[in-house]
Amino acid sequence: MSRKFTPKVVTANDLREGCVIYMTETGSWSMHHHEAELIEDEAIAELRLLKALGQGDRIVGAYLADAKPGLKGPEPIHFREVFRTRGPSNYAHGKQEAANV
Amino acid sequence: MYNYSDFDEAFVRTRAAQFRAQVERRLDGSLTEDEFRPLRLMNGVYLQLHAYMLRVAIPYGTLRADQMRQLAHIAETYDKGYGHFTTRQNIQFNWPKLTDIPDIIDALADVQMHAIQTSGNTIRNVTTDAFAGAAADEVADPRPVAELIRQWSTDHAEFQFLPRKFKIAITGSAEDRAVIRAHDVGLELVKRGDEIGFKVLVGGGLGRTPMLAPVIREFLPKADLLPYLEAIVSTYNLMGRRDNKYKARIKITVFENGLDTFRAAVEEEFARIRPAFSGVDQDVLAGIEAQFAPPAFKNTPVEFYEKSLEVDPLFKTWAKQNLAAHKVENHAIVTVSIKEHGATPGDASADQMRLLADLADRYGYGELRISHEQNVVLPHVAKADLPAIHAELLRAGLATANVGLISDIIACPGMDYCALATARAIPVAQEIATHFKALGLEEEIGGIKIKISGCINACGHHHVGHIGILGLDRAGVENYQITLGGDAGPLAAIGERAGPGFAYDEVVPAIERILRAYLAIRADREETFIETFRRLGPAPFKEALYSEARDAA
Repeated sequence: MSRKFTPKVVTANDLREGCVIYMTETGSWSMHHHEAELIEDEAIAELRLLKALGQGDRIVGAYLADAKPGLKGPEPIHFREVFRTRGPSNYAHGKQEAANV
Repeated sequence: MYNYSDFDEAFVRTRAAQFRAQVERRLDGSLTEDEFRPLRLMNGVYLQLHAYMLRVAIPYGTLRADQMRQLAHIAETYDKGYGHFTTRQNIQFNWPKLTDIPDIIDALADVQMHAIQTSGNTIRNVTTDAFAGAAADEVADPRPVAELIRQWSTDHAEFQFLPRKFKIAITGSAEDRAVIRAHDVGLELVKRGDEIGFKVLVGGGLGRTPMLAPVIREFLPKADLLPYLEAIVSTYNLMGRRDNKYKARIKITVFENGLDTFRAAVEEEFARIRPAFSGVDQDVLAGIEAQFAPPAFKNTPVEFYEKSLEVDPLFKTWAKQNLAAHKVENHAIVTVSIKEHGATPGDASADQMRLLADLADRYGYGELRISHEQNVVLPHVAKADLPAIHAELLRAGLATANVGLISDIIACPGMDYCALATARAIPVAQEIATHFKALGLEEEIGGIKIKISGCINACGHHHVGHIGILGLDRAGVENYQITLGGDAGPLAAIGERAGPGFAYDEVVPAIERILRAYLAIRADREETFIETFRRLGPAPFKEALYSEARDAA
């Protein structure tokens, strides 16, 4: 019996700015994790990742990250992905910066 | 200090123009990321967690005041107003946009700086003693040799695709403030009779397989340095493993083949290539040495300084902690701590950089150094000027008198920035510093080196910390291993793991237990933590760390 598939989101960094982005259901990119498409099927996840990797003129470093459903939308599971949704802990930079919220 | 030759200038400008074109081709889709990655890495551009990161070389940690001002300008114009000084004496900018990086590289070239070979499997920035050229205890200034190595290794055709990165450190002092035993090649300037030469060490390194470098040559004549280095790196280039990234560093090559076999191969290659070095390198070195001639030291009396020590207790504490002996009697070496309690180790704001540049111009003959312990050094200051410098540092919040104390922590960026990290390092350092300050124990504990890495790669040098902290990911939770008894100096040692790791919020209490045990068992106030450890071994500290948990079980 195969292991249960952990749902995924496709995440990457913006090629020009470097900021963390997530792929939405329409295939566009969002700054917010909760706007990402939560992919519950392994085969579809691989296809979505291929689609992302095909957008090398916009994004860099795409990969699949574990996620779970939440109130507003998908939420990260691993602490590394939690940090990526907000920025570093020593300054209010990155996504937690007022201008980016 | 070294000034670029026309050759250096043309080389750096050419590389800047090439990189600009490479970025343009990446952005217009002509280059894929796979094609672009090695090109950006050759110019110090990484992709980190939240953004790109640009690592700029500070050759052998030496900066002129105008260069420091340019770093401040870059931090303010293209980043978030600060830069991060690293354990390899470089500076990293954490937030540049890819589209801005060509302009940053041009701005660096304007002040004879660059980001070349700060990444990739090449010979990296040569590091040295931050007190080089000023220390009272050195045989000779190691920086001219470091510059010679920079010129030899930059764009060296044979060494652009080594099995793995290659780091060289050089010290002019037996005190070793450059951690030479933890480098791929360590060089120590030594004297045999009247002749100056090198003790050569090879195969040290930290990371997942920490090793201290053994000596491959007790005495290498000065003129043999470049052919001997070339022989070492060539031998490694052929013998080093390329099948496994984790076994590719020279420490593994030396370890697996044995030092004697490796040495024999190096000596054979050395004998072969030595005749080709006609002595031109020694002429170049002589020219470089002339550029590193010491400044014309002021002949000011020290009475005012001595009087200030008597009447100003704040100044006295700072002087005791942050000054080191200069080779000229009426001068001192000033370490400016940029680690105010709670600050991020290694970070300096643009304002702080500018103030330090101004102080260097007014009182320090225009020279600055970055230490591998992530502080800024004014290497030459007349003692008569120290009270004035201290007053200005005090006004700017830069007079923290904690050099060598528990809050003077080395920490890598960890998972707050680094894509390789497995846990955070910065907030652990911040909390240790503020916690022991709040307890009022910092001075009581005295000299101690705490070093923190956020992953096994050990950029935070945790293996050679008196207390080392290694952040790991244990089943999706941050977990911290503690090592004890490491040392980075002449008595270099790899710390040993104390036992099971601690959760994020258990680390600071664990460190406190270790240090309360130290305070209870030290022979007297003069015996430092590491001396107590060497006398008694790890047992009493392990007992303090784990007995409580055992009793509760």
